[in-house]
Amino acid sequence: MIRERYLNLAVLAGLLALALWALAGDQPFTITLLTKVVILGLAAAGLNIALGIGGLVSLGHAVFFGLGGYAMGILAFHAQNFAPLELGPLSIAGTKSMPVIWLAAIAVSAAVAVVIGLLSLRTSGVYFIMITLAFGQMFYYFAISWSVYGGEDGLSIYVRNGFPGLNTLDPIQFFGICLAILCLVLLLSDRLARSPFGLALNAARQVPVRVETVGLSPTRLKLLAFVISGAITGLAGALYADLNRFVSPTMFSWQLSGELMVLVILGGVGRLIGPVVGAAIFVALEHLLGGLTEFWHIWLGVILLLIVLFARGGVVGLISPRRVGHD
Amino acid sequence: MSTILIIEQILNGLQFGIMLFLMAAGLTLIFGVMGLINLAHGSLYMIGAFAAAAVAGATGSFLLALAAAMAAAALIGAIVEMTVIRRLYATDHLDQVLATFALILIFSEGTRWIFGSLPLYLNIPSWLAGPVTLPGGIQYPLYRLTLIAVGLLVWLGLWWLIERTRLGIQIRAGENDREMIAALGINISKLYTLVFALGAALAGLAGALVGTIQSVQVGMGEPVLILAFVVIVIGGIGSIKGAFVGALLVGLTSTLGGVFLPELFKLFTDPATAQSAGASLASMSIYILMSLVLIWRPTGLFGARA
Repeated sequence: MIRERYLNLAVLAGLLALALWALAGDQPFTITLLTKVVILGLAAAGLNIALGIGGLVSLGHAVFFGLGGYAMGILAFHAQNFAPLELGPLSIAGTKSMPVIWLAAIAVSAAVAVVIGLLSLRTSGVYFIMITLAFGQMFYYFAISWSVYGGEDGLSIYVRNGFPGLNTLDPIQFFGICLAILCLVLLLSDRLARSPFGLALNAARQVPVRVETVGLSPTRLKLLAFVISGAITGLAGALYADLNRFVSPTMFSWQLSGELMVLVILGGVGRLIGPVVGAAIFVALEHLLGGLTEFWHIWLGVILLLIVLFARGGVVGLISPRRVGHD
Repeated sequence: MSTILIIEQILNGLQFGIMLFLMAAGLTLIFGVMGLINLAHGSLYMIGAFAAAAVAGATGSFLLALAAAMAAAALIGAIVEMTVIRRLYATDHLDQVLATFALILIFSEGTRWIFGSLPLYLNIPSWLAGPVTLPGGIQYPLYRLTLIAVGLLVWLGLWWLIERTRLGIQIRAGENDREMIAALGINISKLYTLVFALGAALAGLAGALVGTIQSVQVGMGEPVLILAFVVIVIGGIGSIKGAFVGALLVGLTSTLGGVFLPELFKLFTDPATAQSAGASLASMSIYILMSLVLIWRPTGLFGARA
């Protein structure tokens, strides 16, 4: 049994060490795979705030992933075509600057999360799962029919966006940016979970009635968690689009929402490093099993099933079991 | 826009809705009785379609194919219930979503493994092929009319089963108080397997019937699954009546929206924009309908008050 804090540090240090090892061995593809782990881990870390702390089973987080992706795609598309984005009276120039794109992705995702959250939190349980799924489908079909930005075919961005002072085309530098963001977000999540807000949210998940009697609104707590969660997943979407230099409606698909959930569960719900561990296992399985058999999804399914049935705390739960408190 | 076209589209919408009802009825029964969200219901639909295609290919008989579809789906449903699903009743929805998501992966890839990635085709039997003339001179495919009739028969059969038989009493009792009916000496795990197999058989039937109009391929179940979820959420989870009303609403909205929204938009803008804007709004329309229903009634039209 390992203390959770050490495990968290070990996983992040391990990712960095692997990337440096790949750099020394001149294997840019491995670095790209590791970057994918980091970005998917970030997206799932976003979901983990809603799911793990808030208990909000959202089967529509692909909405935010996709919004982040399209925020990047649209801004970069206008920059590479030198045509400003006309929004009624507003005319916004496109941009190839990552920080600006990130801010846009966060802002758009957060704004949409407010709306979806306000509507969805009127329901609970299965209905919440289904209404978030429905919002995901709405955006998916909208993206498919939005022909200005590629419709079903998606949108290609020819050159990766830039970050001041760094060469983002160099895989290791882009990896560094993503890892730094992941560490920041995990730090923030950790702070959040320990803050009065996090504690209240935790309580709202477990005993909403008690939270209400001390004068807090469970719905508002959950809404805030949903918005933070969506903003983080949106940021991950922008990075993911930059990794692939491609955006398409599949970023909005419900399979992606399901996969994000799989990452969280695989790693361990509500555990800080869980989503990253989940993403690492997922990408490793995809890569290793994908090389062995075309039908690697079967084995992914079997592993997932075994984890749900027999290892309820996910992989992090196996390595570092949490002491059971009084219920 | 002629009346004939409108009536044809209404019939198409009804037919689509009725097929959704076959899926939704199983889902809503399983949720109502066992409290389980079954994402793998779409896989049972796919299994039904593949079983039908295989049997129709081997024997040439459409009725045998339908029977095989129901039998295969029910059998696999029962096996899955006894091995996996049974362990999920006591867990929360999150575990159910994940475990059944895992089942989708296993079933989809397994089917691809056995049958390959190319779509299979099921033919409409000759005695159901061709159009019929309805009163008013409307030509409509006989097969689609048959689908509507089959769906209505299933609806009646389900109603009879649930309201008029001993099994139905047990199912209704199971929805209300599972401890009590177990205490009264009903073998609850056998009842659950039976309900699950019944839901699976309906999904298999729907898969075979729809597979005849569309192609039979891996992944055919998921779009239908999501629509069926929309249906039961609109209707209120656990309610067969809700599933029926919801299915017709979704079927009609989706079909009529796809045809008439672009026409409607043409009144305001140029044809090309109208076509794309109308089509996109139409594909979003049922999700918008669902959100509106949930905002108005958070537990669906016929759902129990939470």
